[in-house]
Amino acid sequence: MNLRKKQLIKELKNFTLNFGPQHPAAHGVLRLILELDGEIVKRADPHIGLLHRGTEKLLEFKTYLQGLPYFDRLDYVSMMAQEHTYSLAVEKLIQLKITRRAQFIRVLFLEITRILNHLLAVGCHSMDVGAMTPFLWAFEEREKLMEFYERVSGARMHAAYIRPGGVSSDLPLGLLDDIFLFSRQFHTRLEEIEEMLTKSRIWKERLVDIGVVSAKDAIDWGFSGVMLRGSGINWDLRKSQPYEIYNEIDFLVCVGNSGDCYDRFLIRIEEMKQSLVIINYCLQNIESGSIKSENGKVVAPSRFEMKTSMESVIHHFKFYTEGFNTPHGETYVTTEAPKGEFGVYLISNGKEKPYRCKIKAPGFTHLQALNHMCKGHMIADVVTIIGTQDIVFGEVDR
Amino acid sequence: MKQQITTFNFKTLNQIVPFISYRISNKEFILNVLHNHLSYSLNILKLHLNYQFKVLSCISGVDLIGLKYRFCVSYEIISLVYNTRLRIKTFVDEVTPLSSLTPIFINADWFEREIWDLYGIYFNNHKDLRRILTDYGFEGFPLRKDFPLTGYTESRYSERKKRVISDKIQLTQEYRLFYSNLSFNI
Repeated sequence: MNLRKKQLIKELKNFTLNFGPQHPAAHGVLRLILELDGEIVKRADPHIGLLHRGTEKLLEFKTYLQGLPYFDRLDYVSMMAQEHTYSLAVEKLIQLKITRRAQFIRVLFLEITRILNHLLAVGCHSMDVGAMTPFLWAFEEREKLMEFYERVSGARMHAAYIRPGGVSSDLPLGLLDDIFLFSRQFHTRLEEIEEMLTKSRIWKERLVDIGVVSAKDAIDWGFSGVMLRGSGINWDLRKSQPYEIYNEIDFLVCVGNSGDCYDRFLIRIEEMKQSLVIINYCLQNIESGSIKSENGKVVAPSRFEMKTSMESVIHHFKFYTEGFNTPHGETYVTTEAPKGEFGVYLISNGKEKPYRCKIKAPGFTHLQALNHMCKGHMIADVVTIIGTQDIVFGEVDR
Repeated sequence: MKQQITTFNFKTLNQIVPFISYRISNKEFILNVLHNHLSYSLNILKLHLNYQFKVLSCISGVDLIGLKYRFCVSYEIISLVYNTRLRIKTFVDEVTPLSSLTPIFINADWFEREIWDLYGIYFNNHKDLRRILTDYGFEGFPLRKDFPLTGYTESRYSERKKRVISDKIQLTQEYRLFYSNLSFNI
């Protein structure tokens, strides 16, 4: 029997694997189509949109104030950072200046949010890779931070605390003391986590030289936040385009140099320490005064005023039901959210509802580069890379 | 980091970038560009030594229903070197496709898919223009202003077919919209 050469060669096809959407390491509802050659990833095609809730559409049907809580629910581990961006955008449209005390409170809670986010990022990342303990320690600290959220707004996660015109309510008595106590003990907690991970051989073997992104690639892919700094680019919106009171605070921006997962882990840890510096600055320098703008059309009147003046009662009712008209205009406001550059592109047509509100989520651009980062790595590294990108599907899918 | 560009010299800029008009609103620079000049303009802005807008931050679509050019697509670009942001806006009607930016900015890929998905603006030369945010098999462009908030379909589990199917939406109550012309003016 004569066999042709063609028949002798077996046709090999790459193995295609479906990863997720219900995989514990997918950080939510990521569905990945992985094309494998043995254990090596040839192509990763992320399918997103499984958590799409149409936030942008919904915002067009809500007044500016009613739209605010949707921002908590985008990236549900860094809640206040996003409502802050939205509030900044609305304030820019109506050209409103807020009081110093409100700015201090905002920055204080933004940094608490940053710690909250990085703790989850580092904790979950280490658990994806195989270290269980730091995750448990991180969640204990998160519990304390969410208690601060609760004390100030009544909600542990979806606070709706930072609002256009200031913050919704003043700090309760004794909160600053407790934040101070927290910041003193948190250093040791961080050191414990570092002791477990930073020099651990297993942790290093899994992270060093995995998911390397060069500086040029990071720029090309539009990275921001830790992902950009990990590749050695000194770019932090808190420094380069400062908002609130960040320009008067002396803190360091941490920049990596090799652009791998390990660098990004170190940056996250270091950023938490810098957040503590900022928190301490806020605690020492916080000013007394009003927490809301004086403009009675943009913020609700206080309870006290409502008890004494009919005008305020009318204002209160109209403010919460009909909202306020913003002048025609558009703005794109970005802030340094814990995950990167979070942007809100707000267009107003002079009505009480936004005409268009586009949300730029940092995770969206990061996840886009997953294929680029995973290519050529082993399948187990995909999990590491998803972990280092710090993906949260609330914001990616919107 | 070099000095931040605080004022553009729009005259010199117009010699290299063919924009039709510019605007400064809320201290943000906006250029309006014809849609067939878009790739060229962005390429120049990316590569020119005096601008270096190398990061594409965001692409967003806007539905301006009722206008001749129905859609506005705006591109936010950042120059890391000069610490400056710029918004390029272009206007297209429903049938004109835009040229894809993926050869210039790789990360335009998903943003364009998203705009295609939500607005139905087609991008020429895009390698992989699938839907991204909506469900597999979804029809319609949900962020268009004439698309109702409740949508046209809803998913439910069909006992007969033993799988999730999408059905025509049944609302027990019409979606209510409250319009008031009495809101505060700032």
